[in-house]
Amino acid sequence: MMRFFYAAMMAVCVSTAGAQSLDPSSILQRDVKAWPTYSGDYTGQRFSPIAQINTSNVKGLVEAWSQKLPSEVTHSGGVGTTVAPLGRVSGSIVQVDGVLFVTTPDNVWSMDAATGKVNWHYQWKTRGGTHIGNRGVGVWRDRVFFETPDNYLVALNAKTGEEIWHKEIASFDLQYFSTMAPHVVGDHLLVGTGNDLDEPGMLQSFNPQTGDVEWTWYATPMKKGDEGLSTWASVDAASHGGGNVWVNGSYDSETHLYIFGTGNPSAAFTSQLRGPGANLYTCSTVAVNVDTGKLAWYYQTSPHDTHDYDSAQTQVLVDGTWQGKPRKLVMTMARNGYFFVLDRVTGEHLLTSKMFASTNWAEETLDAKGAPVRIPAKDFDYAGALVSPSTQGIVNWQPPAYSPQTGLFYVNTSETWEMYYLATTDPRGAMGLGGEQLMNLPSNGGWLMAIDYTTGKPRWKHRYPGVTGALAAGVMTTAGHLLFAPDIHGNLIAYNSATGRQLWHQHIGASNAPETFVLNGKQYVLAAGGDTLYAFRLP
Amino acid sequence: MLRCAVAAVLLCVGARAQQGAVSHTEATHQAAPFGVVAYPDRPEQPKEVLDRGKAAYSVNCSFCHGADAAGGSVGPNLLRSEVVLRDVHGELILPIVHGARLAQGMPKIDLPDLTVADIAAWLHSLKTGGNMTPTEEINIVTGNAAAGKVAFDRRCGTCHSANGDLKGFAAKFAQPMQMQQTWISPGVMKGPGMPGLHVPPVTATVVSKGRKITGKLGAYDDFSVVVTTADGVAHTVPLDNGVPRVVVHDPLKTHREMLPTLKDAEIHDITAYLESLR
Repeated sequence: MMRFFYAAMMAVCVSTAGAQSLDPSSILQRDVKAWPTYSGDYTGQRFSPIAQINTSNVKGLVEAWSQKLPSEVTHSGGVGTTVAPLGRVSGSIVQVDGVLFVTTPDNVWSMDAATGKVNWHYQWKTRGGTHIGNRGVGVWRDRVFFETPDNYLVALNAKTGEEIWHKEIASFDLQYFSTMAPHVVGDHLLVGTGNDLDEPGMLQSFNPQTGDVEWTWYATPMKKGDEGLSTWASVDAASHGGGNVWVNGSYDSETHLYIFGTGNPSAAFTSQLRGPGANLYTCSTVAVNVDTGKLAWYYQTSPHDTHDYDSAQTQVLVDGTWQGKPRKLVMTMARNGYFFVLDRVTGEHLLTSKMFASTNWAEETLDAKGAPVRIPAKDFDYAGALVSPSTQGIVNWQPPAYSPQTGLFYVNTSETWEMYYLATTDPRGAMGLGGEQLMNLPSNGGWLMAIDYTTGKPRWKHRYPGVTGALAAGVMTTAGHLLFAPDIHGNLIAYNSATGRQLWHQHIGASNAPETFVLNGKQYVLAAGGDTLYAFRLP
Repeated sequence: MLRCAVAAVLLCVGARAQQGAVSHTEATHQAAPFGVVAYPDRPEQPKEVLDRGKAAYSVNCSFCHGADAAGGSVGPNLLRSEVVLRDVHGELILPIVHGARLAQGMPKIDLPDLTVADIAAWLHSLKTGGNMTPTEEINIVTGNAAAGKVAFDRRCGTCHSANGDLKGFAAKFAQPMQMQQTWISPGVMKGPGMPGLHVPPVTATVVSKGRKITGKLGAYDDFSVVVTTADGVAHTVPLDNGVPRVVVHDPLKTHREMLPTLKDAEIHDITAYLESLR
């Protein structure tokens, strides 16, 4: 009795006065007491091995605490003069040693995971940049890193929130803006950035200690002799060709490959000046060696894209079975309406599946590599082209999940439509995402899908109620045979991951993917609804 | 102008590269909904400086780089040029004008430093952004009105008549694009220049405690549905895994269902037909 009491006391002490430090090699072993990196681990599966909350008891899940992100600032920095509004949470919340690190553009909060109490709030004064979202922090040892919309990588002391240094990621003058969560892989800090002008996308590796750049991988050819240049009209077109890296990928520790998606080619819609080629390596899943920064393989999901169909979802790595044999796989769904399965060691294409019959921008037959073939008549038209999906896609950055218990890939989707109007007769003036006018039509339905990766077909799917749809936030699976998925109406819902039966829900206006960890012996489910965090557990 | 009206209504228009609710146009040059100017304009220069710069550019540069600096047959686009974007007062442009890039084909041009500074000032006065919508007037009415009448009668004739409920339809809109968008999907486009059209509400029927309730559909998710009956009473019925079943009556069902089969040529023709009755 006494002994039990003592143990409980110790646990409380650990949770509130933890080291707040993360050995990067520990990310390779799944620690159920933490959510140490973007997807919980490197696989992108968003599957937690915790089974305390399960299909039998999930209906008893109650709120442990909720906390609106406070505006009081304990530390500030920045190179600009503007304080942006606090924004909403649309990234992953990292949890280390019982401490949460949560972000919105320009802001980081440290919070006690057991109570929601705020330890510190760091705010960056900005020069500007597109303040569209922030995908979270990376934690390396006792440091916390995040990216700012005006292109700085900022290192903070995890315990105190004091700034250690800030380094420029990309040029503000060239209209870059940065949203990705710095991804810690060993002693590499992988940093992506975005751009809506015509600048090339890139992934950089920073030294987390010094802030020095170790290597830069460009998403497009930058000079004569670079691989892929023949898929562009010229060096000028290629080196202004986009392919931005703005969503976290996944990491295969055996091959040392960081596997991630690239964005649209630039200019996005009026493609004449890019030449007729595929415009590599835009709209692709690419695998880059983290030690060298060299491309190992690529698979282009939208060759010569003309609809802004970024390959924007976090890639899901699965040690699965393919045609009866064990195979190391990577799965991804693209904004363009298709689900892909590849061999993650070689990049070999294995499967393409069209998720909605309505997807109409590509031919019914795929090309030799299994990629969709664009129908030029469905490019922009002066009088309007009716296209599905919309530029937002059937999916976007909101993360999918996978469960090894069911072998299913889970994802929120939306059957989107849009009228695409060409708004200029001169392709020269149409830089970046310009030169067009887009008119949204209502989505014909928002769907939660549970996809069998061996066939690419949904094992089950659920249409959210209502005559139209939307795209809901990201999802998570657990070993309790559960799928936690936000819907389009603001509910966080727990499903039986095998059957799709709804077992529990709470209305929180979910704006990010839920996550889970064990704290003081109890499993918590954590999710954000706009500017408020919600933690749930069994009573 | 139309873009503004449209963007204000359709939150989803912009921010496609990274999904969210901010228009690209706004994000680039205007105060965005977030209250941050993403990429501020350069400080304004006196008109005489800009006039001098423009004149000097026209004489010395436009032949290769285009009259609007967006690129020509030989010279690259200067609006997105890294040199021009990083340059402040002509300090980066000057050496190139004076022959630093001969090897890349940029000829040496003998211009005084002050003239290059004027040209730089003019270049910096041009709007540069990846999200800008051209202001060109584009006529979207390109279809065949006669073919459009046939398509209209086939597609729309069961419910609508161009001389009946849709009499004078096109004339209600300031722009044909608004009209086209509205006949495809009524009720979505709202705001300035848009007529107040009557779009019938979605209704639903649900059986609760043995009683059949039919009325206007309100909030509806997997866990409850609100149905407001003709007497103005809002009935909230709890739902559990699809039980009880909610039968939705969507007056725009045909509009939604026609999207997958609607051809672009049909759209353009029907719009031309409706415009011909303006």
